Amino acid sequence: MQGAEDFDRSPSIIKTGVNEMAEIKQLYWEDVEVGDEVTTLPKIATTMMLVKWAGASGDFNPHHYDDKSPMAAATGSIIVHGALKRQWLIQLMTDWIGDKGKLRKFSCQYRRLDFPRRMANFVDPMEGETWLCKGTVTKKYVEDDQHLVECEIWVENGQGEKAVPGNATVALPYQGAK
Amino acid sequence: MTESSALADNVRALIGFTAEPVVMEVERGAIKRFCEAVGDSNPLFTDEEYAKNGPYGDVICPPGFFGWPIKPAPIMAEPTATMTAEFAKAGFPGLLDGGIDYEIYIPIYSGDVIVSSAKIADVYEREVKGGKSLFGVIEITYTNQNGDMVCKARRILIGRQA
Repeated sequence: MQGAEDFDRSPSIIKTGVNEMAEIKQLYWEDVEVGDEVTTLPKIATTMMLVKWAGASGDFNPHHYDDKSPMAAATGSIIVHGALKRQWLIQLMTDWIGDKGKLRKFSCQYRRLDFPRRMANFVDPMEGETWLCKGTVTKKYVEDDQHLVECEIWVENGQGEKAVPGNATVALPYQGAK
Repeated sequence: MTESSALADNVRALIGFTAEPVVMEVERGAIKRFCEAVGDSNPLFTDEEYAKNGPYGDVICPPGFFGWPIKPAPIMAEPTATMTAEFAKAGFPGLLDGGIDYEIYIPIYSGDVIVSSAKIADVYEREVKGGKSLFGVIEITYTNQNGDMVCKARRILIGRQA
């Protein structure tokens, strides 16, 4: 299994689940081809991350923080917010397209329930599942003077399943023919 | 027999439910807390100095963040809460988030005031994994203080039969 340590852009994720951007690169439309991969973004959902997300997003549904709420009790764990996984996939795209890229369309479907890692202490999560946000370029075209790229995107869970499949359309800067 | 003909009356009556618009303020601190929760350290969203010299001239929201309500709506006036309650009465408790679809038009800046208008656009029933599920579609439009449409969203909520 591919782990977070295979991604040198985000060494801190192993400890905290927080990705630090190594550097900000601008992607240009002419540099993208159909079949290209979007730069993989690893994520670790922790109980701490879910608490932070509840506060930051305003989703206070108890099954995301209370093990004894009916749905969490039935599944045996609190459940990762679908919208948090959505936001991971949005970050996958905004990291990839750079400052001048624009996310135009985005969709995703929450197909699997995911369960966060517990915290070992105030900083480190316990051993467990790592999620990988991934994408591939499926279409490249020009429409209404916009240079557009479509991608199939997904969150892959620790079992290698596409837990959250989706699609994104981005507008990229274009510097003219090479 | 169409799918909708099987719907309970209280569930069918949800279609067209329109909530009072919610006014939301986009504060820098709220953007930062949102990014920190996600683990997104993109300076376009969090670093004023960096953003000043970037393409937008100021901090913008990551797509998917629309600020916080200035005056939270009574919970039962929200489409999600109303749908949750009516689905539960019809025997479909415990709504799950099914997915989302965004069309994004213009960026949201720190300091913007966003008005979100939500309505229940559709409700339908489907067999999923050998059991009945109720699907609800909530359409949301987000408009800024200049009256410009910034984003349209379609949210799917799923209730499983008890």
